[in-house]
This record gives sequence, structure tokens and C-alpha cells, in this order.
Amino acid sequence: MSGELTRKSAAELAELMAAGQVSAVEVTQAHLDRIAEVDGRIGAFLHVDAEVALAQARAVDSRRAAGEELGPLAGVPIAHKDVFTTVDMPTTAGSKILEGWRPPYDATVTARLRAAGLVILGKTNLDEFAMGSSTENSAYGPTRNPWDLERVPGGSSGGSSAAVASYQAPLATGTDTGGSIRQPAAVTGIVGTKPTYGGSSRYGLIAFASSLDTPGPFGRTVLDAALLHEAFSGHDPMDSTSIDRPVPPVVEAARRADVAGLRIGVVKELGGEGYQPGVLARFNEAVELLESLGAKVAEVSCPHFTYALPAYYLIAPSECSSNLARFDAMRYGLRVGDDGTRSAEEVMALTRAQGFGPEVKRRIMLGTYALSSGYYDAYYGKAQQVRTLIIRDFEAAFEQVDVLVSPTTPTTAFPLGDRVDDPMAMYLADLATIPSNLAGTPAISVPCGLADEDDLPVGLQVMAPVLADDRVYRVGAAVERALTDRWGGPLLSKAPAL
Amino acid sequence: MSAITRDEVAHLARLSRLALDEDELDHLAAQLDVIISAVARVQQVAAEDIPPTSHALPITNVFRPDEVRPSLTPEQALSGAPAAEEQRFRVPRILGEEA
Repeated sequence: MSGELTRKSAAELAELMAAGQVSAVEVTQAHLDRIAEVDGRIGAFLHVDAEVALAQARAVDSRRAAGEELGPLAGVPIAHKDVFTTVDMPTTAGSKILEGWRPPYDATVTARLRAAGLVILGKTNLDEFAMGSSTENSAYGPTRNPWDLERVPGGSSGGSSAAVASYQAPLATGTDTGGSIRQPAAVTGIVGTKPTYGGSSRYGLIAFASSLDTPGPFGRTVLDAALLHEAFSGHDPMDSTSIDRPVPPVVEAARRADVAGLRIGVVKELGGEGYQPGVLARFNEAVELLESLGAKVAEVSCPHFTYALPAYYLIAPSECSSNLARFDAMRYGLRVGDDGTRSAEEVMALTRAQGFGPEVKRRIMLGTYALSSGYYDAYYGKAQQVRTLIIRDFEAAFEQVDVLVSPTTPTTAFPLGDRVDDPMAMYLADLATIPSNLAGTPAISVPCGLADEDDLPVGLQVMAPVLADDRVYRVGAAVERALTDRWGGPLLSKAPAL
Repeated sequence: MSAITRDEVAHLARLSRLALDEDELDHLAAQLDVIISAVARVQQVAAEDIPPTSHALPITNVFRPDEVRPSLTPEQALSGAPAAEEQRFRVPRILGEEA
């Protein structure tokens, strides 16, 4: 029974618990057992607390026994990205500068998971401060891809994607600043969504690039991702950029799973050169599938998308250089070299040099450069203008079509170590995901098959206008249903046993 | 010609409050040169008269009523402090010897 429980979707587990066929404690224990069995090889979690998790599960069971009305995910276990603050578990953001830190407050996303009765199993690994596309930039070691242990699970939310893909948790949280949910979802064969910017709260999310950072869900099914999306999204007065509007009907859309009459645009600029042939083959098949399901497909041009990557690698580092100034060795976190002779400034510079890893330093320096006088107009200012043009490209495209599609990533999961010391090669992993971050628009990645070259998962990206998050679930669920029928089961059933 | 000199990189490290050693500066100078040359592509875009976007969604400042609400206790606020004394953050000297 225990092994079977970890194979079930969040929706199935919730149904079993609501029917009294299994308890939240049993479900939680099954996942803790799975973590104990496989995570030594995967490295998805930075911190697991069985006692805290089981206490949460017991609380759900007794509330249910008392006849309380519980949310649709009550008792379902979840893996939580270690960039959200949690009062009962350490929060490191994958950085030595926050090693052992216990935050004095919960992030809004954390608080909403608790309120929904979700059982937090532990905190997952990530690229330091969510900067990276492989999770190799974590100060606590890499996470491995369950499909091939010598390959990366994507990043920055690679601990979350690997945990869900290896059945250690049915759900996980992530954050997406340039693709950090969609890209890891794509390369591990699961579902991941970047909601509309401002649709999910950033309060208590350790900031990387504030105008881009967006919390979002991971699941093995589109419906599971939608259920989690709904559970933690919505207006938050603690985040001044939070949108004061109802959450789009994402769960209803995931159940509807119908694309008849929907207009779908294939983005001309997101494909072709630089994309792996096996990725393009699976993508083209997915487009044909959508057409066979009754969607109207057309090619759409978004000419400025080719400048999204350089604009992003100016805007995100600029915001990061400002945000990470808070790590000053004075109020919390690491302090190095305070021997009574050094000044505060010297202690600060020593602490930051020892506490931050190479990628974080690169981005702080790059952002400082782009914002410095004499270069501001040529770099940061220009990137902001390109951002306007990318938003206009989206607006023009959405006058012609309801959603846009592309491959989520140019390649499948790459080998560990391949791009660690070649930043530009690493940055290319976000080629297709960045435009949605710059425009604040929602997007999902759903599995669409295995590339012929390497038998590794390929993701289909579906992008929609601001606050039309439901559309990406509608299309994602239609593709999922048709492909699951064709394959005779989910893509993950083809993954090698661990 | 390189996009950024090693002296400029050393200056950026000082501005960024990063006490980097010589090897790190050498390594970073080469990498930043490659990255800056690549991201400079944004300058090829014809964008005269295009307004800059700092935030994807049109939002205006958000205000809340000025009411007293629960907040962190001094113990909670100081719970992560590297050093604390008399309910304050204890920090290294912030002024030079001559001050």
C-alpha cells in the first residue's frame, strides 16, 4: 500500500483521504519512506523533518475526524522550495550566507499551504538565490535528474522538480524568474506553471529579481498543478505588487481539457536554430495533436523575442545586485572576520565574498555594472525598452490567437558539470521561457514525449495573456489527456526505476 | 577590444562589497567580458521613443490604513543576528579611527 500511495496524484490522494480509505498520517509516512529510500541518490531535499510533517498530518486527521470542512488538498504532502520562509524549518535559499537561518515569520505561500492543510515534508534544493538553470549553483551540492542520475534536473527549482518526478512528493512549490519552474518541469517530465506576475504572493519569498519573481506549482498532472495553484494564489495585502482580482478558474479549466475552436499561435522565433532536433520533433507532433483536437493553429511572429535573453540578463542581475545588498552581515545570516579590528564595511565585503557562490557574485557584479553611471542608458535603460517591445509583441500576438506555444527548453536535460563554468551556455536554457517573465504573462510546461536522441523528456510550453492563467491549464490538460491515451499511461511511467 | 577591463572589474567588486582575491578577479573579468559582449545585443534594437518598462503590469502605489498591527517582538527580530546587545544589533565599528 505504501509504495502505491506515492504513485498516486494529489487529487487521488485527497479523494482517498476524504473517503476515509487512508489517513493523512499514512500518506505522509509513505512519502517519508520514499524519501528515505531514494533521496540519497537524488538529493532533492535540503531539509526533511519527519516529526513536523507527521504532526501536521495528525492535525489534518483529527480535524477531519471532528467533521471539519477541509480544503481540496487537505492532508496531501508537498515539497517546499527552500526560498520561501518557514518558521519551523531552516531557510537557506541554497546559500552559505543563510546556513542554519530560522526565519521569524512564514511566507504567505507557506501560510496558505498550512491553511489548506497541505503537509510540508521538507525544503528542496535550488540554485543559490534561485540563480541558475541546473541546481548546480546550490552551496549544498547538486540535485540529480531521476531520468538519468548523471544529468541535471533543471533549475533553479531543481530540488522540487526532482522530488515530484521521483515520487517523493506529489506536489511541490517553485519560483519562476526566467523559467525556474517551467524548465525543470520540462526536463524531468512533469507539469510546472508560472502564474501571472502578481497572481501569487512574493511576501516571504527571498527576493532575486522583484519585478520578475513568481511563485508557482509543480505536479505530475495538470489538474494537480491547478489545485495547488488555486490553493496558494490570490491577493495578498503584504505584497504591494499583488493583483487584487479573483484567481482565474484554473481547476475548472484543467478539468475541462478542451481546445475545440481555440486559436493557437506557434511562435516563429522560439524554435529552429539552437534547438535540439528531438525537442522540435516532439513539439511539432504536439502542435499537430492540438490541431487534431479541433484547435486552429497559425504561425505568429514575435520579432523582439530574440532580444529577450540579453534584456533579461541585464534586468535580472540589476535587480539582484540591489536586492542582495541586504546580506550585509549585520542583522542576520553569516558574519566573517569580525575580530574587533575590522570596520563594518570590511566585515561586510569579507562575509559576502565567502558567503556567496560564483554565479551570485557574477550576477551582482553584472548588475552593478549595468546600473553604474555611464553605462545605465546603454545597458539597463536599453533592456527596459526592449521589455516594452516584448510586451507589445505579446499584445499583438494575442489579438490574433488565444494562446502561444513553443518548446519549453531548447534541449533536454544536460549532463552535470557541462555548463557550470560557461555562464552563457547555461543562460541559453531559458531562451524560450524568459519572454513570459518580462511580460508578466502566465505559462505552463507539460510533458510532450521523449527526444529520440537521448530518450529524455521534452516539454511543451503554453503561454497566455495576463490573468488568463486558466487557458494554459485548458490547453495543457487537453494535450495531457490525448498523449496519456496514446502512450497508455503518463510519460513518467517510462522513467527508469530508481 | 574587451568590453570590460580588469581594473573596472576590481572597481565593481569594491562597489559590490565583495572582497575578491586576485584569482577570482581574473576569472570573473574574463567571464564578465563574454557576458557583457553578449547582452550588449540589446543596443541593436531600434528603440528610440520607446518608453522603458520597469514593471510588467500597470500598477500605482498601494496604500494601507496607518493602523497599529502585531509585528515581530525584539527577540524574534534579533533571533538571527550574528551579535546582539541590549535589544540591538551589535555591529563592527562603522567610522574610521580618526573619527
